[in-house]
Formats: sequence, C-alpha cells, structure tokens
Amino acid sequence: MMVPINYFVALSGILFILGAVGVLVRRNLIVMFMSVELMLNAANLAFVAYARHYLSMDGQVFVFFVIAVAAAEVAVGLSMVIAIFRTRQNINVDDLNSLKG
Amino acid sequence: MSIQEFLRDLTYLLPFTYLVSWAAVLLIVDLFLPDDRKGLLAPLAALGMAVGIGLSILQVGQQQAAFNGLAMVDGFSIFMNVLFLGIGLVGVALAYDYLKRMGLERGEYYILLVFSITGMMLMGSANDLIMVFLALELLSIPLYVLSGLARPQQASEEAGIKYFLMGAFASGFVVFGIALIFGMTGTTSIPGIVSTVSSGTLLNPLIFTVGGGLMLVGLGFKVAVVPFHMWTPDVYEGAPSAVTAFMSNGAKAAGFAALIRVLVVALPSIATDLTPVIWIIAALTMILGNVVAIAQRNIKRLLAYSSIAHAGYILMVLVAYGSAGLAAQAVAAALFYLVAYTLTNFGAWAVVIALEKKEGRGLMLEDYSGLGNRHMGLAVAMTIFMLSFTGVPPTLGFVGKFYLFNVVIEGGYIWLALIGVLTSLVSAYYYLRVVVYMFMRDGEPEVRRDVWVNLTAGVTAAGLVALTIFAAPLFDWATRAVLAGF
Repeated sequence: MMVPINYFVALSGILFILGAVGVLVRRNLIVMFMSVELMLNAANLAFVAYARHYLSMDGQVFVFFVIAVAAAEVAVGLSMVIAIFRTRQNINVDDLNSLKG
Repeated sequence: MSIQEFLRDLTYLLPFTYLVSWAAVLLIVDLFLPDDRKGLLAPLAALGMAVGIGLSILQVGQQQAAFNGLAMVDGFSIFMNVLFLGIGLVGVALAYDYLKRMGLERGEYYILLVFSITGMMLMGSANDLIMVFLALELLSIPLYVLSGLARPQQASEEAGIKYFLMGAFASGFVVFGIALIFGMTGTTSIPGIVSTVSSGTLLNPLIFTVGGGLMLVGLGFKVAVVPFHMWTPDVYEGAPSAVTAFMSNGAKAAGFAALIRVLVVALPSIATDLTPVIWIIAALTMILGNVVAIAQRNIKRLLAYSSIAHAGYILMVLVAYGSAGLAAQAVAAALFYLVAYTLTNFGAWAVVIALEKKEGRGLMLEDYSGLGNRHMGLAVAMTIFMLSFTGVPPTLGFVGKFYLFNVVIEGGYIWLALIGVLTSLVSAYYYLRVVVYMFMRDGEPEVRRDVWVNLTAGVTAAGLVALTIFAAPLFDWATRAVLAGF
C-alpha cells in the first residue's frame, strides 16, 4: 500500500517547525545546532517524498548535496563551539553577551 | 554528457574553475610558508582575483547555459562576477596591514576569502535552485570562520558562533522553501519552474507561495532586513574590521543577487502575494535601521545599522519586481545602488581600519574628534562617504537613491517612497554627527599610515564624486548590458 504524499509532507512540515522552534527557545549551543539539523532533514524528507511522487532523480540528488553541506557546517560549527567552551567553560547562548549596544 | 561537452562547459565557467583551482594552489603554498611570512599570500590572492576579472571581462556578450542549465553566463552574471572580484581585491588590500598589526596574520584569511568570493560569483550565475543553495553555503561557511578569526578573543568567537547559528538557521528556511517549490513544480531549474507555472500545472499554488515566502525569509537573513537582522550589529562589531568590511559588502551583494534571480526570474507569478510582504519588510527595515543607528556610539555598530537601513532601500525597489514594465528598471536601479553602496561602505570601513587600535580601542565616535585638523585628507574622505550614505549630491549615493525612488514612484508606491525619503532625512542626523566630531571637536586621534588603506579611501572617495558626472550613461549601460537576460 502506498502512503499518500501528503502524509510525508505534513510530517516534514511538523519536523521543520519543531526545528525552527527549537532554535528559538533552546539556549544550549549544541541543542540549537541539532535543531538546525532537524530543519535541514525535514527538507530532505520532503525532497525524497516528492522525488518519488514525480519519479525524478532531481530531488534525490538535492538530498545528497544537503547532507554534504550539513556535514561541512557541522565541522565548522562544532569547532567554534569547542573554541568557545575553551575560553568560557560554558556553551549557554545567554552568556554570550559581550557584544551589546 | 560527453567529455567534449564537459570541457566546453568548463570553459564557459572558466572564472570559477580557475578561481577554485587557484584557491587550492594557495592552500598548498600556505603549507610551506613559515608563520611570519603568511602575508605573502595577500599578493598571490590579489593576483588570482585580478586574473579572474580579466577572464570575466573576456566573456562579455556571451549568453550560455552550462552543465545542463545549472549555471548561466549572461550579462547579469558577468556584472556580478566583476563586482565580487573587485570586492575581494579591496578585501585583501584592507586586510594586509590590519591583520599584521592585530597579530592575526594567518594564511586562512586570504584562502577563505577566495573561496567565499567563488560562492558569491556562483550565486550570480545560478540558474537552478540547487546552485542557489550550494553557492549560498560556499559563500557563507568561509565567512563564519572568518568572523571568528581573532580567536581566542571573546568578541570574535561570539561573532563567529552567532553568525554561524543565524546563517545555518536561514539556510534551513532556504532549503525547505526549495523543497516545497520542487514539490509543487517537479523541477529545481529556474526556467523549468517558470514554464511549469505558466502552463498551469502547479500541484498547489498555496504551497508554492509558502515555498517562495520561506526562500524570501532565508535570503532576508542573509541581506539583514528587519525582522531578520538581530545578528548583524553583534557580528559586525565582533568580527575583525577587515572581515566586516569584506562581509558587509560581499554577503549583501550576493544575497541581493540571489533575491533578484529568484524573485524576478523564477517567481514573478506570485508577485501579487509577495509584494505586500516586501513592502512591509522594506518599510520596517528603513525605519528601524535608521532610528536605532542614532543611539550608537560605536562606529562599527553604527555602520552595521546603516547597512541594515541600506538593505531596506535596495529591497524597496524590488516591490516593483512583479510589474512587467518595471522589473528590468528595478533590477538596474538595485544593481546601481549596490555598486554605489559598495564603494561608499568600503571607503568608510577603510577609515575605521585606519583609526582602529588593538583590543577594540579607537572605535568610538569620540575617537574621531579632531581628525579634520590632524589628517585633513582622511577626514574629507570620510565626509564624502557620510554624505554618500545620506544621499546628498554630488555623490553616487544621491544618484543611486534618485534611481531607486524613481522606480518606486513609477510603480505607484508613493507611501513607501515617502518613508524612504523621511528615513533618509533621519539618517542625516547620525551620519553628519560623525562629520561634526571630526571637524568641530578637539582631539588627538592617532592614525595608522598604511598605503593600501589610504589608497582605498582616496580612490573610493574620488570615484563617488567623479562617477556622478557619468551616472546617466553608466545607468543606461547597466540597464542594457545587464538586463539582456531579464
């Protein structure tokens, strides 16, 4: 039995909103970062679902690009988090407040 | 795709293939340079970008799609290539002495800068939403690293992580928007989207509009428009000034290049839905950017809010993108203003860099007191930049604003134009305050004498005044050359 396309899209929409809300309300850098990944993967789910609907490869290819870019972002993001942890012993965004005006 | 076609497409995209290879060569050179000689990479990077400008200019007049229509070579992309490579050259010139002086001389700066420039150039050439996304990331990820270049200084690290989080968040919106647009049309190619929309086979127009809106949000983060601007002042203040100068011009121009491609080429069909949104965003951006800038005492934060305000002015002209008769004119006006803004902004940052001391001193407005007595040339140049930001003749900033308002009024958005004019008047207060400090207060500002920074300030100041004479022919030329594809 085929699961209708709308179910996939609804699920990806929910995941995307969860990710966006997560970035806005959570205060731990690593958790905010995980929420961003959730947003990207919500988009990936929508891509593969639609790619199957259209029987086209374009959507599948896009997913690979998103995964590769997300990996690059992880490398940069985690190294920055580590650099911050070294200087402050803390990765709570609310304590990142040396810039104000 | 045969090997001949592959090689042919590589030559169509020669500026990119060449620049990426050059950056890879620089990475290897960096490996063999001792730590105290990393400055050698600056002339090498500059040489690479100068050759890139030559290669781009050789392509003038071409109109080709490469790699199965993923990327385009056309008037618009060549114009943007030259603009971005020029931005890169000034970015190197401003950084060379600054990085040495601040103890930040690391080879990464120049290499990441070249990679970031490649991403910006791809953004101007993108003809497929896959390319838009990849270009966005290629330009952003090096910028995240560059903002945190001055680690372990807390301000720089904080700027890096804030920029990174907000940038990744924005990418999420762009990707999900692309996913929805792909879902409704079955293609990611921009011409393909246009033909699907015009043939009326959209799966669901509402979701298509939502996808377009999400892309607008994501790109709005990149160009820093209200309400997606919160990161801008912090990142601009915390990042090393040379990086901020480069990023405030490059990332903004690239963001608008993407907005123009996506809105004007791919999404004119949903203009009636998006135009009111753009109207409100532009109005809010102009008002908030200019009003909050009044309260700033730190010149870097002042320029950050000024950059938000100017993003509002450029976005203002894009409300007219949906009307067929005005779209080309709107794009030309936006590009013209982008060039005027880039010149002005680089000049202003050159002056900031000349006055900055170690540990973030020399950045308050008070530190500019007496500049007019001690260093007349620099003070006059800064005055020209402030006048150009405000939009006072005879500067290019005035001409640019004139063209912007012209299009907006022709499009019938009188109220928006009125908000633009009134906020420009407000902006005169804080821009001219800098001039007042320089000429009417006493002080003993110390200025770092560096030939490249002085040259940047001098050339941009002279250019801003001299180019006003040729403004009309320049604008006509831009309209004809750039917009052949629109």
